Amino acid sequence: MTESLPIVEMSDISISFPGVKALDGVNFRLFPGEVHTLMGENGAGKSTLIKALTGVYRIDAGEIFVSGAPTRLNGTSDAQDAGISTVYQEVNLCSNLTIGENVMLGHEVRGRLGINWRATHRAASEVLEKLGLGRLNPRAPLSSLSLALQQLVAISRSMVSRSKVLILDEPTSSLDANEVEQLFTVIRRLRDQDVAILFVSHFLDQVYAISDRLTVLRNGRFEGEYLTPELDRSSLISKMIGKDLVVLESLDSEKAVRDHRHTDAPIYRATGISRRGAIEQLDLDLHRGEIVGFAGLLGSGRTELARLIYGADRIETGSVELRGKRVDINSPASALSQRIAFSSENRRDEGIIRDLSVRENLILGVQAKRGWARPIPRKEKDALVSRYLVDLNVRPADPDRAIKNLSGGNQQKVLLGRWLATKPEILILDEPTRGIDVGAKAEIQERVIALADEGVSIVFISSELEEVVRLSDRIVVLKDHRKIAEVANGPSVTADSIITTIAEEGMTDTSAADDDVKEIAS
Amino acid sequence: MSDTTPSIGRWFAELARRQYFWGIVAIVVLLLINVLKDPTYLAISVSPTTGNLVGNLIDILRAAAPIMLIAVGMCLVVATGGIDLSVGSVMVVSGAVSMEFLHSASGSVGDAFLAFGLAVLISAVLGTVNGVLVAVVGLQPFISTLFIMLAGRGLAKVITGGQNTAATNDSFRWLANGYVFGIPVVFVLALLVVIAVGVLVRRSALGLMIEAIGMDPKAARLAGVNRRGLLFTVYIFSAVLAGIAGVFATASVMTVDVSRTGYQLELDAILAVVIGGTSLAGGKFNITGAVVGALLIATLDKTVVFLGVSSSATPAFKAIVIVVLCLLQSERVRQVFRQRRASRPRTPQKEVIPA
Repeated sequence: MTESLPIVEMSDISISFPGVKALDGVNFRLFPGEVHTLMGENGAGKSTLIKALTGVYRIDAGEIFVSGAPTRLNGTSDAQDAGISTVYQEVNLCSNLTIGENVMLGHEVRGRLGINWRATHRAASEVLEKLGLGRLNPRAPLSSLSLALQQLVAISRSMVSRSKVLILDEPTSSLDANEVEQLFTVIRRLRDQDVAILFVSHFLDQVYAISDRLTVLRNGRFEGEYLTPELDRSSLISKMIGKDLVVLESLDSEKAVRDHRHTDAPIYRATGISRRGAIEQLDLDLHRGEIVGFAGLLGSGRTELARLIYGADRIETGSVELRGKRVDINSPASALSQRIAFSSENRRDEGIIRDLSVRENLILGVQAKRGWARPIPRKEKDALVSRYLVDLNVRPADPDRAIKNLSGGNQQKVLLGRWLATKPEILILDEPTRGIDVGAKAEIQERVIALADEGVSIVFISSELEEVVRLSDRIVVLKDHRKIAEVANGPSVTADSIITTIAEEGMTDTSAADDDVKEIAS
Repeated sequence: MSDTTPSIGRWFAELARRQYFWGIVAIVVLLLINVLKDPTYLAISVSPTTGNLVGNLIDILRAAAPIMLIAVGMCLVVATGGIDLSVGSVMVVSGAVSMEFLHSASGSVGDAFLAFGLAVLISAVLGTVNGVLVAVVGLQPFISTLFIMLAGRGLAKVITGGQNTAATNDSFRWLANGYVFGIPVVFVLALLVVIAVGVLVRRSALGLMIEAIGMDPKAARLAGVNRRGLLFTVYIFSAVLAGIAGVFATASVMTVDVSRTGYQLELDAILAVVIGGTSLAGGKFNITGAVVGALLIATLDKTVVFLGVSSSATPAFKAIVIVVLCLLQSERVRQVFRQRRASRPRTPQKEVIPA
């Protein structure tokens, strides 16, 4: 980890998309022989920065230097020529080919009579050997390997072209603990061969286990570059989340004062529910008129848990009781008929249907509940649409406009309207305020409180801990797909105390994991 | 006059914006070509003996009827992001069942109804098989319906024992060859069915739901849309419409030709749908467009015969017309033309309306 010259230096990078400044004056450096982790909440600009570096996006302002020379990356091939390789989250290999063919794809050894397969496989073996994967048979089909090993093969492949920079975008998201260690062993080997590695992960433990240097982004802005040992977890988290500087009028510093005492039996009770790779066994109660916050970093399992409640993913173990009766919620349609609604965090891909109008998007939930054969009468439809457009203050209040032409905040309001129109008794809101302007945010928060006062049971999920603490009556803290705590909100509960809970819970875990890693590495 | 001109202009501008506008243009051009060869081509006369309308246009309408039916069914399937390759084979199965039934039955009106009902029933069964394969098993629509396409023709041969079964039943024959108010019954029936489907789809929420699952299956699922039920519905719809088309195709000659009836008509239906402006990627669909497409295909078929294009060159001729049409509709090709126009500074700039 010598302070040599950076192999890649990006300075003052800005990228705008229509209406959004995705990156605003971001600096980023990669040093040979170092693992550099890019940190930031979802939407902070991590993937935009990576795409700028791999030539997928063009930068609007700023400069990129590779090995000290200013470089323009006008396409992925430019990036590859500059020695920058990427291994994506979803492995993009050909599973019908052999391991060796995958490693050498495009670099096959040629003889006089076309490809010399024997030499090609030998070369593949050498590359695999270098990464400590010598035990893999290059002639075996790729599909015989686990996903983790496939990922390692993908890394080997990028090494064939003698890359100087390797980008690993969330490589660990679908791996289990052992596989992660395997991956880390390979990463360390590469680092020792002077490759500069850009690593992205949402798992803090992993970040601390592998990285030498951290760069934190927030809302498209550069927060700072730090050496890993010099930045402890709590300050890292607070740098990622940031202090919400904007004072929201009615909901500013104080918690929403709500007198909520549930004496009745829970409307929803889950016992020991789990799903492999999504959430480990946990219990959960929801009461009428109560706001339950799910707190945790991205990837902690908050969305997964929400999807489980809604039936978007199947529950594998455990049971669910609704209004005291055992139910089987195995699809969104069945959840909806049980008056559970779920607004996804992925507004663009799982929320709005872009090409449909505002009106159609709004009534879709109610219509789906009724079935296609029972159309909502014209008059009722118009009343419903105009009521929610006015009620939620959607601008412009034009029901015939395609929803894709609305701003994010207004799209979110239309979606909220879609769910409210189904008259839910349990409403799950996953990141309802992400990426929307302050005014719309305050409106949505007010609406959430009003709904709870009307007796709706609400699950509120947000990356902004302040927001969760402000609104929730009870907070379920999640980490690494587990429920680590459940706290009743009170004066002693703050965003900081939640962060401490998350960070401290990790500490004991990490040291153990670190030991494991060391054992394997040695 | 001064009042009507702008509204007609607006109406025309509105029409020109539709994807199927070029389909209408193509029909007109083809008819013009025919007129050039024979100035009396468009003439429609009243047959002195029967009082029915006769003429080339009437023939085109008659020929368009089965294509219209399967094109509309295909249109719904395509809107869900699928495809139904089995319609041609469903037609032959439906034809085979009705002919085989009528062959052994009396010539009464009741039997004609029964034959029709049987044909529709067996088609619905085949549509259900498609639905099961696509919606429950989760096979790709292409493969699922390809399977029925191959199996269907075999099934028809089994039903007729490999024969081209012929039968006589005047009521049944009337379906294809009769006239109401001088217009062929097939066309009237096809039009009524198409209008019924159109009204059903747009008046109920079926159209919205189909578009939702075709545009964004993930978001639609989370919105609670029952994708499985909808897929069943559209594949059964498509098959039933194909079954009716099969009855029309066989009733006109009162013979089912197990190797020719409905042969490759699925391709005509797909073309009609695409010409009508429905994207094969799914989503927004246009039933009127599919009908225009079906009329174009029928016109094209008749034109090829009328011009005396040798039968071996027929497919190529058809292909060229369709390729040109698709190029005219393609956004990218239009872009090129637009840029060309823009690069010539002197020419008056006319706003190009994107379709």
